[in-house]
Amino acid sequence: MSSRFVDSPEQAELARGARAFVERRIPVAALRGVRARPADDRIDRALWRECAQLGWAGILVGEGDGGAGLGMIEAGLVAEQLGRTLAPTPFLSTAIIGGTLVPSPALAGGDQLVALALDETPFFDARASCETIIRDRGVIGAKRNVLDGPAADRVIVRTQDALAIVDARGPGVTITALDRVDSRSVADLRFDRAPVIDTLSLDHLDRAITRATAALAAEMLGGADAVFATTLAYLKERRQFGVPIGSFQALKHRAAQIFCELELTRSIVRAALAALDANAPDAEPLVSAAKARASDTYLLATAEAIQMHGGIGVTDELDIGLYYKRAMAASMLFGDAAYHRDRFARVAGY
Amino acid sequence: MGFREELRAWLEASCPSSMRTPMAAGQEVWGGRRRTFPSEDAKLWFERCVERGYTVPSWPVEYGGAGLSPDDAKIFAEELKRIGARLPLVSFGIWMLGPVLLELASETQKREHLPKIARGEIRWCQGYSEPGAGSDLASLSTRARREGDDYVVDGAKVWTSHADHADWMFCLVRTDADGPKHEGISFLLIDMASPGISVRPIPLISGSSPFCETRFDGVRVPAANLVGREGGGWQIAKRLLEHERTIISVMRDAAPEETETLPQQFLRAGSPAGLRDRVIQAELDFLCNRLTLERNRAAPGVASSMFKLYGTELNKRRKELRVLLAGTGGLEWNTAAKEWLRSRANSIEGGTSEIQLNIIAKRVLGLPD
Repeated sequence: MSSRFVDSPEQAELARGARAFVERRIPVAALRGVRARPADDRIDRALWRECAQLGWAGILVGEGDGGAGLGMIEAGLVAEQLGRTLAPTPFLSTAIIGGTLVPSPALAGGDQLVALALDETPFFDARASCETIIRDRGVIGAKRNVLDGPAADRVIVRTQDALAIVDARGPGVTITALDRVDSRSVADLRFDRAPVIDTLSLDHLDRAITRATAALAAEMLGGADAVFATTLAYLKERRQFGVPIGSFQALKHRAAQIFCELELTRSIVRAALAALDANAPDAEPLVSAAKARASDTYLLATAEAIQMHGGIGVTDELDIGLYYKRAMAASMLFGDAAYHRDRFARVAGY
Repeated sequence: MGFREELRAWLEASCPSSMRTPMAAGQEVWGGRRRTFPSEDAKLWFERCVERGYTVPSWPVEYGGAGLSPDDAKIFAEELKRIGARLPLVSFGIWMLGPVLLELASETQKREHLPKIARGEIRWCQGYSEPGAGSDLASLSTRARREGDDYVVDGAKVWTSHADHADWMFCLVRTDADGPKHEGISFLLIDMASPGISVRPIPLISGSSPFCETRFDGVRVPAANLVGREGGGWQIAKRLLEHERTIISVMRDAAPEETETLPQQFLRAGSPAGLRDRVIQAELDFLCNRLTLERNRAAPGVASSMFKLYGTELNKRRKELRVLLAGTGGLEWNTAAKEWLRSRANSIEGGTSEIQLNIIAKRVLGLPD
């Protein structure tokens, strides 16, 4: 029962390897690099093929389709490492959502990028009514906030009746890349009789979103953990009034609080991932609890990082601001803390 | 036959059915010279466990335990939990003093004191805090001066839980007032029947309480009752506090299931909209805390200070919500009201939350003093 919290030797090796690769190949400088490019060109496809070589693109894809055939614990371990450096890869959109809904050798090989077009308002709601329709084998509608939309080859569109697969570069699809504060690759999409390649039952949507939400919570944990390590180092090194500022209780107590929040977040994120792998009946509320907690912790850790760094904390030169912006964007993605707290309670009947 | 099977058979034959029900407050068996039992079954269960060393299953047999290996001790805990068996004996001797004596006391002291703890013959209380030494415990001033083969103790201790029922006290005393404050402290075992000791209970905001103030007026204590070396008490004291913090968090984790969950009470109260977010947050934090305890058991590493801090702060919030959800009914002197008021002390006793934050900052995060 308690083994859900202990990595197997294979999982530990996966996490170590992922961390080493991310630190070497996708440091925070990579995000600064894509930030300097236009909003429609922020995914490095060659880099993603390298990630695919490591098995990440097809991490959830069965071995028969050229994937690694692993579970959500493994996916979470990779997402956590990607989160540590804010790595700009299509892991959530392609490996998690695409790998769940449209697994294929092309996807697992890193050659096909997939995006999920779901939101129609600025607020995520998996249960919201949907205006987008399929008519005469063509999708008509508008979607907002599509993660990795600018780079996608295939778009999975939530319509009133089904999930429609369309060719992102085909006729009837207009992609407007958004230049957002978090520099993530995001677009608004319009569909004007975009030809439907295939459809999937709407029944599959919840599973894909729940998995992506859990992986995102792991990504956020990694980011919060990394930014806290930076803050802690600064508290020991920065001197004012002749002493390290980390000797002041006003700061050290808050650092200790953040440490506790991180530990609690680590537990709930891991429990949620394990519950998904075990098909546990409480997986849904655990994922919501994990996302709510990860959102709160990430925002706390990054906001406190800025405050504890003082003036340089608000400069663009430091990476902290990048984490802070990611924390806000990630907390909104797939539902913010308030959304998931509400969902956590509704599932329990209150 | 494996240990688990053998234990199951023994439990089946030995644990009375009334001892397999959740224990209400005040039903515990604390032991001691003046020990009492809430029922005949409780006495029977206690005696049967004592006979087998099952009051302290992992202690060595020669000190009154059952000498179980860590694996067997885990099986023991699982099997007791499986049938919902009550603890046959609870005491500060088992939780706090015993582990420290096992680690640091002389062979004579172990043979003298451990079996009596295991058999519930002697009940211990903790003499740590003083009127002038709370969070700054090391500034304690209860004096023990050497006179021949005795120490003579003068001073006062507060928050000595159950001192009015205890037979002995493990006590921090100052044996050297001149050097650095941490180095003049000694760990002394004191018979509460000694002349010159007086005990006064302390009523709390929640009503009557187990807490007492204990005064020492020229109390003679044999020097053989010193644990460790003179002036070496602070290290022992800290070790014992770690056991105390762990037991506080474990006890909270193992507390009997509440008969009504917080969400159930929320629904019964008519789902007051203004309290919903607070109920959800409390539930969510409760879940996260429980999972972290479980994770720590699987892969130890999280500081006991964190569980003390988080568990007590969370408990305060939950008890306050219980009262708020009861409306003005929560203001009557019922269990919910008493637990709410009592919970305010959770984050003070056993080291305040602020002290726990200091400990985490220093020992876990390596932040400078």
